[in-house]
Amino acid sequence: MSKIIVVTSGKGGVGKTTTSANFSSGLALRGQKTVVIDFDVGLRNLDLIMGCERRVVYDIIDVINGEATLHQALIKDKNCEHLYILAASQTRDKDALNLEGVERILNELRESFDYIICDSPAGIESGAFMAMYFADHALVVTNPEVSSVRDSDRILGIMAAKSKRAVEGRAPIEEHLLITRYNPKRAEAEEMLKVEDIEDMLRIPLIGVIPESESVLFASNSGIPAIHQKSDVAEAYKDVVSRFIGEAVPMRFVSGKVGFLKRLFGDR
Amino acid sequence: MSLIDGLLEYLRGDEKKSAAKAKERLQFVLVHKRDRRDVAPPDYLPALQEELLAVIAKYIPVDRSAMKVHLGKRDEYDEFDVLELNITLPETGRN
Ligand SMILES: Nc1ncnc2c1ncn2[C@@H]1O[C@H](COP(=O)(O)OP(=O)(O)OP(=O)(O)O)[C@@H](O)[C@H]1O
Ligand SMILES: [Mg+2]
Repeated sequence: MSKIIVVTSGKGGVGKTTTSANFSSGLALRGQKTVVIDFDVGLRNLDLIMGCERRVVYDIIDVINGEATLHQALIKDKNCEHLYILAASQTRDKDALNLEGVERILNELRESFDYIICDSPAGIESGAFMAMYFADHALVVTNPEVSSVRDSDRILGIMAAKSKRAVEGRAPIEEHLLITRYNPKRAEAEEMLKVEDIEDMLRIPLIGVIPESESVLFASNSGIPAIHQKSDVAEAYKDVVSRFIGEAVPMRFVSGKVGFLKRLFGDR
Repeated sequence: MSLIDGLLEYLRGDEKKSAAKAKERLQFVLVHKRDRRDVAPPDYLPALQEELLAVIAKYIPVDRSAMKVHLGKRDEYDEFDVLELNITLPETGRN
């Protein structure tokens, strides 16, 4: 049975698209048939992060409107065998997405994919709602910062009340806390919220900690998700994927202690 | 970090340690206290109910069973705790 996973946060710019790109690539690298959908209609970016911007011909709205088939709109990823991308449209019409259309697409995708990753837009409006409505799992992307924690809290409340699972009285969406842009040294110096603080406040299980790193900027500049390079961020996202598919992996990048070799040679 | 930098940081002391403040402030605004959801109603509720009943009975003859007090989440986003007071007034009759 395929799984629908929404990558959400409420707050903008916390790392949803970065996470969607790396998490979906990571699943595909593990041999899982995966598709990643950009729900950020009007502000599409996933195509850039995945490096397929010049191959976008049709997008999700074209499929919903029946102007293209899903088959025509799916873009095969250049780095992973088992990964496909469905781009958002650049239209400014916010009502272009609708629940019936999204459901139709998801049902069709369920037939051929193991994992369907939905990259949510920021906010709590229609786009974010469509992205989470059908989800089985949610990666709640949170930065160690007050407004991000509050917005995660808010989106958790909305998912618990408004998702299809909630409305139908089924088992709730499985929530996973993903802390990104984490700076363990500053957290240890008590300048920033710690992983435990955030866990303690949001009270959902932690699936991983992604360190703050320049390798993310390098990845987005090159259009190749960080997971394909050698970096702490790549390792951290691989750990998240392993945990998601049920492997027990110890939490890394939580503490600020730097190994001797790393101190000598740097971490990039 | 150079020795001087280290010294400066040491001298600046706790100024930059604002994480505790962040946490404290957040605990006030987080609406979605998930673990509170299944918690039993507060133990002052029966006493509150008695006293409310007493006050209302001063003005309107109501039966204890005609009054329901409920404290809990009702907002669609679970955002607020709502104290609900539901009283069925006796038939007034028009005679
Ligand atoms: N681990 C990280 N380290 C450093 N920078 C990061 C990290 N993760 C994300 N970023 C940077 O943060 C910015 C926002 O990231 P991203 O686009 O993934 O966020 P988003 O939540 O999808 O934003 P939006 O809400 O606008 O869709 C980007 O510039 C990205 O390079
Ligand atoms: Mg995004």
